[in-house]
Amino acid sequence: MSGSSNGLKLFLAWTFVGIPLAWGVVQTLINAIKAFH
Amino acid sequence: MPATSFLARERTIAASGYSRWLIPPAALCVHLCIGQAYAFSVFNLPMTKLLGITQSTPDDWKLTDLGWIFSIAIVFLGLSAAVFGRWVEEGGPRRAMFAAALCWSGGFFISSIGVYMHTLWLIYIGYGVLGGIGLGIGYISPVSTLIKWFPDRPGMATGMAIMGFGGGAFIASPLSVWLMAQFNTPSHVGVAEAWICMGLIYLAFMMVGAAIVRVPADGWAPEGYVAPAESSRMITTQNVFVYEALKTPQFWLIWWVLCLNVTAGIGVLGQASAMSQEMFKGQVTAVAASGFVGLFSLFNMGGRFLWSSTSDYIGRKNTYFVFFALGTLLYALVPTSGAIDSVALFVVCYAVIFSMYGGGFATVPAYLRDMFGTRYVGAIHGLLLTAWSAAGVFGPVLVNYIRQYNVDHGVPAAQAYNTTMYLMAALLVVGFICNACVTAVNERHYMKDEPAGRAAAAVGGN
Repeated sequence: MSGSSNGLKLFLAWTFVGIPLAWGVVQTLINAIKAFH
Repeated sequence: MPATSFLARERTIAASGYSRWLIPPAALCVHLCIGQAYAFSVFNLPMTKLLGITQSTPDDWKLTDLGWIFSIAIVFLGLSAAVFGRWVEEGGPRRAMFAAALCWSGGFFISSIGVYMHTLWLIYIGYGVLGGIGLGIGYISPVSTLIKWFPDRPGMATGMAIMGFGGGAFIASPLSVWLMAQFNTPSHVGVAEAWICMGLIYLAFMMVGAAIVRVPADGWAPEGYVAPAESSRMITTQNVFVYEALKTPQFWLIWWVLCLNVTAGIGVLGQASAMSQEMFKGQVTAVAASGFVGLFSLFNMGGRFLWSSTSDYIGRKNTYFVFFALGTLLYALVPTSGAIDSVALFVVCYAVIFSMYGGGFATVPAYLRDMFGTRYVGAIHGLLLTAWSAAGVFGPVLVNYIRQYNVDHGVPAAQAYNTTMYLMAALLVVGFICNACVTAVNERHYMKDEPAGRAAAAVGGN
């Protein structure tokens, strides 16, 4: 397996799980900030 | 070639050059989905209005009836992790993730029929039993694989996956609300449709994890890593068979370590909102309290990664010493924060407490690996999760009943939690003692002559 194809797979895999997780964390932070206001 | 062979352990052995950093996202694909369990309460209120739509009718389900859905799921999480642990370990992570995906999504589909027909027992069976089995198998499925890929940093590796379980609620909560809003009509609440969508999304997501996951080839080690030839005082290089672990005092001591840490955390987890409002009446509104809860959940998730990663450097036993010593101090400080009217001190205490609650879950797989070796660590972890089920009963019961007892005996609401917090601090002292008693496993428990079939299954047969 070449380094570049490994890199692409890593990018895709981490993006696949990272985007929903980041979205959920941001939503929670927004709600928390709203509540504190 | 039969389709099932795709799931076989030997089909998941990584080729040379495969990056081990693909394993944490594979594990996260599963844990982010099953972490939805923490956000199940989002559906409670809408499910009390399935018939009345805008308000509950006498034929609508009561919150007390609905509370059993989550409880059944947590009980089956512990039971299935204990019962199927060895099967998960010997069958490999892909087969386990595949089975977990079918059970978890199947639970949503059956439950949606239960909502459609307004038949509560179908939801108990669907989400509670089938979904609970998916939770248990899914929770332990990537644990030993991660430990085998990251022998140099097992705490960090399992911490990443178990952090996903905490993070799953962050995704599920807004997603559930959004989906219900899409299907909500004047004559329809939209729970059943939301569950069908979630079942499909989770099925697809978990299947991606099952497709990505690989086990390392026999004898593989990370570049530059040299496995220790001999056991150190608290980290063994030997293996203990799954059911042999039950005969060791170390298993039961760690069982109590986890149970007590979780009992203390879970007990106040569900009460954080009410507690903050009652202790700081007039200062903390219901909306602000919900903001606190969101913040604490973030610390719960972050603590899973940070504490378990830290344990790779300071050791598992020392990490739990920190949880119990610092935890005792912080639980005992919470009543003081109320007495001196310091919301800031309350929030800081709770934030650190929740980080250690999550950290306790995430550090325990590496603790088991240190004690019992890597071979059956996933299955042993499955057995240990019964401590979680027990804590799920002890914690809320202790907090709720002691608070009610105090209120019934004339204690002001603002001080009604003080006894509970001091009791939780005392539980952590017991946990500290249990942790102090953990020593290396006696050599007579180590595996010696393995049956050929079992050995082949465990290492992939190559």
